[in-house]
Amino acid sequence: MKANVRRKEGVRGFFKKVYKYRVFLLMLLPAVIYTLIFSYYPMSGIVLAFKKYNYADGIWGSPWNGFENFKFFFTSGQAGMVTRNTVLYNVVFIFVNMIMQIAVAVFLTEIRNKHYRKTAQSLMFLPYFISWVVVGVIVFNIFSSDYGFINNVLQSLGFEKIPFYTTPKMWPVILVLFNLWKNIGYGSVMYLAAIMGIDTSIYEAAAIDGANVFQRIFKVTIPMIRPTTIILLLLSVGGIFKGNFDMFYNLTGNNGLLYNYTDVIDTLTFRALIGSNDFGMASAIGLYQSVLCFITILIVNKLVGKYDKDYTLF
Amino acid sequence: MQRTNNTGKIKKGSDVIALNIIAYGFCGIVALVCLVPFIMVVSGSFSSETAVIKNGFSLLPQDFSLEAYKTVFKEPLVVLRAYATTILLTITGTVLGLLLQTMTAYVLSRKDFGWRNQFSFFFYFTTLFSGGLVPYYLLISKTLGLRDSYLALLLPLMFSVYNLLIMKSYISGIPDSLIDAAKIDGCGEVRTLFQIILPLIKPALATVGLFIALAYWNDWYNAMLYIKAEDKYPLQYFLYQQVNNIEGYKQLIANSAVSGNIASSVSLPSETLKMALTVVVTGPIVLAYPLVQKYFVQGVTIGAVKG
Repeated sequence: MKANVRRKEGVRGFFKKVYKYRVFLLMLLPAVIYTLIFSYYPMSGIVLAFKKYNYADGIWGSPWNGFENFKFFFTSGQAGMVTRNTVLYNVVFIFVNMIMQIAVAVFLTEIRNKHYRKTAQSLMFLPYFISWVVVGVIVFNIFSSDYGFINNVLQSLGFEKIPFYTTPKMWPVILVLFNLWKNIGYGSVMYLAAIMGIDTSIYEAAAIDGANVFQRIFKVTIPMIRPTTIILLLLSVGGIFKGNFDMFYNLTGNNGLLYNYTDVIDTLTFRALIGSNDFGMASAIGLYQSVLCFITILIVNKLVGKYDKDYTLF
Repeated sequence: MQRTNNTGKIKKGSDVIALNIIAYGFCGIVALVCLVPFIMVVSGSFSSETAVIKNGFSLLPQDFSLEAYKTVFKEPLVVLRAYATTILLTITGTVLGLLLQTMTAYVLSRKDFGWRNQFSFFFYFTTLFSGGLVPYYLLISKTLGLRDSYLALLLPLMFSVYNLLIMKSYISGIPDSLIDAAKIDGCGEVRTLFQIILPLIKPALATVGLFIALAYWNDWYNAMLYIKAEDKYPLQYFLYQQVNNIEGYKQLIANSAVSGNIASSVSLPSETLKMALTVVVTGPIVLAYPLVQKYFVQGVTIGAVKG
C-alpha cells in the first residue's frame, strides 16, 4: 500500500519534473535524438560480430554465426599483428610527441624576441591545419622512388636510391616523424599554457639559490608542469588501441607490401568491410577494439582520478 | 664569497647564452621543418613536368612553368564544384553544429537543471564505447539510406562530445547571477541563451566554430565511405581521387611503354599536376590560418580546464 503510494508519487514527481524542465528538455532534444541515432543505435549493431551477415536480411534477420567471425581473425595471426602494430605505434607516438612538445614549449618561452617566437610558433602550428590527404601527397613528394626529394638528393650525392614504398622497415620512422610533424605545434600549446602558469617567484628563488638556466628548466619548469604532463599522458593512453586511420591510410594506402609494419586495427577493419565486404569479420574486429578501448579507458580514468579528481571523465 | 659571486655571474652569462643559442636554434629548425614540405609542394606545382621527371622534386621551382595549373583549370567546373560542395557543407555544418552544441552545453551547465548529471553521462558515455565502423556504416548507408546524399557528409561531423565539453566549460564560467537577473526580468530560457549568453561566449563560439569548420573542410573519410557520384565529391576527396587517378594513369602508360610507346609518358603533367591540385585544395586554409590561429590556441587551453 505504502509502496504503491510512493510509486504513484514517484511517477507524478517525474512528470512534474518533466513539466518543470520542459524548456531545458526541449533544448536538449535535438542533441539527444542525434546521439541516440548516431551513437547508441549503432551500439546494438555489435551483435553483427556474432552473425553471418547478408545485406538482404539486414542486421536482425541474418543467421547467427557463433564465434566464427572471431575465429578467423584470431587464428589467421592478423589479430596479434595489428594489435601489436597499433599499440607499438601509439606508445612511440605518445612518448616522442610528449618529449618534443615539451621541448618546444620550454624553448619557446625562453625566446625573448617576440617576432621570432610568434613566427616560429605559427609555422609549427601550420601542419595541424591540413588534411591527411595532403600529408599523403607531401610524403610521396619526399619519399617517392622516382621523383622523391630524398632520392633526388641521394642520387645527386652519388648514393643508391632507397625504394621507400617497397621497404617496410622505413615506415615506422616515417610515420612517427610525420605524426610528430603534424602535432608538434598544436600539442605544445597545452604545455606552453602550463609553463605560463608557473609562479615567477619560484624562478627568482631558484636564481637566488644560484641555479643556472638549465637547472632552472630541469629542476623547476619540468617538475612544475608534471601535473599537465601526467594528465595528458594518461588521456592519450586511453586511446592506445585506436589507430589513426586517416594517417595510416593516406600515407601507406593499400600498399600490401608494407602491411607487416603499417597495418593497424582500423585499417584492417576498413579493408575487411570495404575491400572484401566481410561484414562479419569487420564487426568482430570492431567489437574486439571497442572492448579493449573501453577497458583501457576505465583503467586510465581510475588512474587519473587517483592523480587529480578534476580531470576524470565520469 | 666575493669570488664565488663573480664566477657565478660569469657562469650565469655563459649558460644564458648557451640556452639562447639552443632555444633559438631548436625552435628555428623545428619551424623550418614544418614549413619546408609546403614550399616543396608549391615549388613542385610551378615546375615543368620534364624537369621534375628528369631531376625529381626539389626545394625551388625548376624551369618555372604554369602548365600544371593550366591543366587543373582546363575544366574549371570540376574544381569549382568540389569547392562549392565543401564551402556549403562547411558553412551549413558549422552553423548547425554550433547551434546544437551551444544549446546543449547551455542546458548542461545550468545548475538549476536537476538532471544535468544524468544527461551529461548520456553524452559522455558515447566517448567510452562505440559500436565500431560496421554498424555505423550500415546505419548511414542502409538504415538511413544516405548513400550519395550530402547528408552523409553533413551529419557525421555535426556534433562531437569534445566540442560540447569545451562549450560547457566556457559557459559554466559565466556567473549565475547574470542568468538569475535575466530570469527576474522575465527573460525565457531561449531568450536568455540568445541575448545574454551568446554575446558573452563569442571566443568559445569562434573556437568551437573553427574546430567544426576545419573538420568539415578536411573531411574525405565520409566521402570515401558514402559518396560514389563524382559530382558530389568534396574538395579533399576530390584531391584524393585525382591523385589516385593520376597514379593509375601512370601505371597504364608505364605498361604501354613496355610495348614501345615511350613518347606518351611526358604528354601530360602528372607529378606537377598532383602538386598544383594540392596547392589549389590547401591554399585557402593556409591563407586563412594566420587569422584564426589564436582561436585554436584558445580552444586547446579552454579544453584543458574541464568544468
